[in-house]
Amino acid sequence: MSFLKISNLYKNYGQVEILKDINIEIDKGGFLVLVGPSGCGKSTLLNTIAGLEPITSGEISINGNSVAGLHPSKRDIAMVFQSYALYPNMTVAGNIAFGMEIRGVPKDERDKAIKQVSDILQIGHLLDRKPSQLSGGQRQRVAMGRALVRDPQVFLFDEPLSNLDAKLRVDMRTEIKRLHQRMKTTIVYVTHDQIEAMTLASKIAVLKDGMLQQFGTPAEIYNSPANMFVADFMGSPAMNLLNCRLEGGAGGLSVILARPDDQPLALPIKMPNGALDAYSGKEIIFGVRPEALTDPDGADRNAKSIAEGECLIEVVEPAGSDTFAVTKLGGKEVVARLRADAAIHAGQKTKLAFNLDKAVFFDPKSQLRIA
Amino acid sequence: MSAASQDVATRNSIFARAIIYVVLILFAIYYLLPLYVMVVNSLKPLDEIRQGNMLALPQQWTIAPWLSAWSTAQIGVQPVGLKPYFINSMLMVVPAVAISTMLGALNGYVLTKWRFKGDSIVFGMMLLACFIPFQIVLIPSARILGLTGLAGTITGLVLIHAIYGLGFTTLFFRNYYEAFPTELIRAAQIDGASFFQIFRRILLPSSGPIIVVTVIWQFTNIWNDFLFGSSFSGFNSIPLTVALNNLVNSSTGVKEYNVHFAGAILAALPTLIVYIVSGRYFVRGLMAGAVKG
Repeated sequence: MSFLKISNLYKNYGQVEILKDINIEIDKGGFLVLVGPSGCGKSTLLNTIAGLEPITSGEISINGNSVAGLHPSKRDIAMVFQSYALYPNMTVAGNIAFGMEIRGVPKDERDKAIKQVSDILQIGHLLDRKPSQLSGGQRQRVAMGRALVRDPQVFLFDEPLSNLDAKLRVDMRTEIKRLHQRMKTTIVYVTHDQIEAMTLASKIAVLKDGMLQQFGTPAEIYNSPANMFVADFMGSPAMNLLNCRLEGGAGGLSVILARPDDQPLALPIKMPNGALDAYSGKEIIFGVRPEALTDPDGADRNAKSIAEGECLIEVVEPAGSDTFAVTKLGGKEVVARLRADAAIHAGQKTKLAFNLDKAVFFDPKSQLRIA
Repeated sequence: MSAASQDVATRNSIFARAIIYVVLILFAIYYLLPLYVMVVNSLKPLDEIRQGNMLALPQQWTIAPWLSAWSTAQIGVQPVGLKPYFINSMLMVVPAVAISTMLGALNGYVLTKWRFKGDSIVFGMMLLACFIPFQIVLIPSARILGLTGLAGTITGLVLIHAIYGLGFTTLFFRNYYEAFPTELIRAAQIDGASFFQIFRRILLPSSGPIIVVTVIWQFTNIWNDFLFGSSFSGFNSIPLTVALNNLVNSSTGVKEYNVHFAGAILAALPTLIVYIVSGRYFVRGLMAGAVKG
């Protein structure tokens, strides 16, 4: 039984379709992340769940009850905004208690709830301050406190970390995850940061131009992207998407990649997928993540299908924990992720191992994944 | 070498500063001269003014002209001074300012945070009210006041001023609330606050500067209005500006210039006080709208 269910949702502004046929379901206690580039409609989708934007057609239900058409305050939700949206004229305690005050909760109960929430978030010492006297991270906590105190059925987060500096963002990310594990409340979380999406989500919905591109677990999204957009958007550095030819031979299919100043590189696929047979002899897109393209010593020992090939290294970028090497294959730049101490030098030819277990293939026309 | 050039720079900046101050002080004196003339002559007996030296300090100080202007001077046909008309003006200005400010704030709130189809047209039409000359609305206003039975009453004047001020107050508040984050309204909606609760608890507490601007603007305009006051007031509702005119233009007796000066200052005093008390918020409020909007 899905807890939050969005079915056939459409949202138009005049003639413009902002959201097209969105279908998403998550279970109770799930962590749904809506991710996509700016302007993809993810915040609008969140606002329709909150009831801040009316929907054109479709259905949204929470715990089996339809909420479409209900006022935001009647949906039993709480929301954390990107700008935190703390009431500037009230103290931290006033901000947290405002909703309860409106609902007519007695003073002593309010104080108890404020105490409880401020203990969880460690903001007890800030309760008498105004929002303007708080730092970014503190405001973030207060905004979460205001949401927590409602004890709602669903939490909605609208890019809550995007106004924080890089280090604080990582800390707060962990904190949100810890909070979720503790409260076990269903969360819908909007972000444009795919790392946030991967680390937090139990389910990810990738949106682009108002259309749901893929909906699945982080592992599904990462390892089996439905199309080239998802493959490119999720993961950092991005997946290498290379033009190649698929050729059949005695030993099965091979991926043929053009190399500058050299013979094309042929990578035999040892564990071919039946779906690829139809594309034998055709141009397709070969997708390989940087971590599946590495030095032979560092390759995954459990992988069933590894192919090696000589590549001319153009640039070496040591990043401390890893070393990234840039080469050119199939007419495009390719990023490989090597061990930090891999012996590799720019301008030299080096053997790289392709983990073809992790490789994906796309149809160049429809951009959909074949295998 | 560098120390020397720094000396020159310092000397130059002191010199430039001195010039700026001298010029500013001269302008200030020039600007304050009329007020000086009024104050000085309102504190002289009439004989001294007749001697012709307007700028001289009084040889014999007296507050008799002030007392006369306030309570005994001949206004039109009655020797009652400006006092009853001062009260009329107060009874007119305070409600008119309060009503137009409140409604302007409400309009601004709706026009920015509860947008509806055609809201910009409505705002455009209200904006037009700022540009309509007073004279054009005289006859329609008179007709409406006649139909509602408010002709010649202070209530009627309050109504006219409140409506006429609405264009300006709406403009002020709309521009101020335009920069007010909409996410706060949404947060309050999720917290369950109603339309008026959001207005009263979230928006109004943050509106201090713009309320001050609006109140000063409206107070000054309505207090100083002469045309509506002379057109729509009855015998018991004449505002101060009209009474001052009647005082100065009375055709009988001697022209008591010292009383006229005192009366004019009395008439200007409330707007002066409003500005002095809240003037610094006025500038701040104008800036807030200008920079953010």
